[in-house]
Amino acid sequence: MNPAAIFTAFLTIVIREVRRFTRIWPQTMLPPAVTMTLYFVIFGNLIGSRIGSMGGFDYMAFIVPGLIMMSVITSSYANVVSSFFSMKFQHSIEELLVSPTPNWTILAGYVAGGMVRGLGVGLIVTLLSLAFTRLQIHYLPMVILTVFLTSALFALGGFINAMLATKFDDISIVPTFILTPLTYLGGVFYSIDMLPGFWQGVSMINPILYMVNAFRYGILGVSDVNPYIALGMILVFIVILSVVSLRMLQRGKGIRH
Amino acid sequence: MTSQTSEQDPPVWALEIEGLRKRYGSGFEALKGIDLHVREGDFFALLGPNGAGKSTTLGIVCSLVNKSSGSVRVFGHDIDTDLAAAKLNLGVVPQEFNFSQFEKVFDIVTTQAGYYGIPLRKAKESAEYYLKKLGLWDKQDVPARMLSGGMKRRLMIARALVHNPRLLILDEPTAGVDIELRRSMWTFLEEMNRNGTTIILTTHYLEEAEALCRNIAIIDQGRILRHTSKKDLLSQLHVETFVMDTDQTLTTAPELDGFATRLDSEGALEVEVVKSQGLNGVFAQLDSLGIRVLSMRTKSNRLEELFLHMVEENARQTEVSQ
Repeated sequence: MNPAAIFTAFLTIVIREVRRFTRIWPQTMLPPAVTMTLYFVIFGNLIGSRIGSMGGFDYMAFIVPGLIMMSVITSSYANVVSSFFSMKFQHSIEELLVSPTPNWTILAGYVAGGMVRGLGVGLIVTLLSLAFTRLQIHYLPMVILTVFLTSALFALGGFINAMLATKFDDISIVPTFILTPLTYLGGVFYSIDMLPGFWQGVSMINPILYMVNAFRYGILGVSDVNPYIALGMILVFIVILSVVSLRMLQRGKGIRH
Repeated sequence: MTSQTSEQDPPVWALEIEGLRKRYGSGFEALKGIDLHVREGDFFALLGPNGAGKSTTLGIVCSLVNKSSGSVRVFGHDIDTDLAAAKLNLGVVPQEFNFSQFEKVFDIVTTQAGYYGIPLRKAKESAEYYLKKLGLWDKQDVPARMLSGGMKRRLMIARALVHNPRLLILDEPTAGVDIELRRSMWTFLEEMNRNGTTIILTTHYLEEAEALCRNIAIIDQGRILRHTSKKDLLSQLHVETFVMDTDQTLTTAPELDGFATRLDSEGALEVEVVKSQGLNGVFAQLDSLGIRVLSMRTKSNRLEELFLHMVEENARQTEVSQ
């Protein structure tokens, strides 16, 4: 395939993904908007007003970057894992496997599709947050880089999960037992300065902490970790997960007999 | 654009399979060294009982199954070294429905074209052409799950053709399709073949293979038993059974010298005829008995008789060798 044909195949996958998640928008776009609004109301307004300030900002302003990031992470992951596994389950993945679309294009298409949903949900949550707080941008390039790379990273994670999954239960195990706890413990609702020394150390091995803080740095200018180290870590993880995903596709793990 | 190869021309092979083996992780050897050659422009049938290795063979050609060893070339493109080019020449209609049930008919076909790098405008034109050809144009906006079984089969054919492949592979294309629709699909496939598309099909309806195909391979237990022309294969059929409707209600089968006879459940006369005997002797003897034949047909599909004979023979030989 020539580059133009490969680009057409890539766009086809992305458009198909966007068509899929917009067709079922009450399942894909609405729930995170409702959940995050509840977070804003309960944690930000009702409880947050009693907490006072955190990291030099009122509590609502402090949690908004974390909540945006949380919605981006879960939506990017969920889109790819559910879409790719459904294709495996229905065997419609064979449509792609018999075509000359290169493996890296298949991966890029799915990751891009996950990013469109993740970033779309992130945008909706950002707009909702404006009803509760005034959002300032401290350093826009950091905001954009962090959110794009984090979205790509978790879309890749969703892809690997889908490749490994053999039944529908398998696609909810990682989000429920790994992703959600790591996100909640990743400094979305608090600064790790509040934790005892030991737990601060434990928190430092949570990769989501770096992403949340890098994003928070871009918006508020405060962070528990060095945001540039965080960006570097995300990039390294993206490279590793991309290589793993491509190897799986090449070997046909779970999709070729 | 008919691409009939003359006898003098070197053959252009649409598909070349050599020494193809497949051993699954469980240790089961589905293919035990298959050799298969299909000429460009051919209408080829790959026949075999369930579990013979038909779908595994075609799955490897389409890269849905990883081979253990051997080589596969599609129009000269080796799937190990030139997979993308091989795939561009290939259209696949699988046995099971394998499209998203929630997508609309038109989207399924245009999306498939996109996977082959066809720009959207051309993809739409091609999708319209094939959906109209296959009688699905009025269903273009209908989600696939709303289609009948026959429509779903036709959708898979339209999807396989949208990038105009030179080789079309159909795995049981008419399974579960009613007779009328099956006949219309035959007409469509014959037209595709006349226009130059090489077609390989597997089918359980041997009548289908006999009606459509020029060359046939019979596969069983992972081995090719025969790979020849339909004409050659049918010439090996020694005995045929003819069913005759007569002007009399027969209560017992008349005895005919040199021919085995019996009555079927509806009282029609069945006569077994060895090929070298011819039918004149049957008619002459019936005439002398005062029995007139009003109509006549072969009892079962000729290819089916031969197929069953070969598969049974292979099973017997396998049993003996074990």
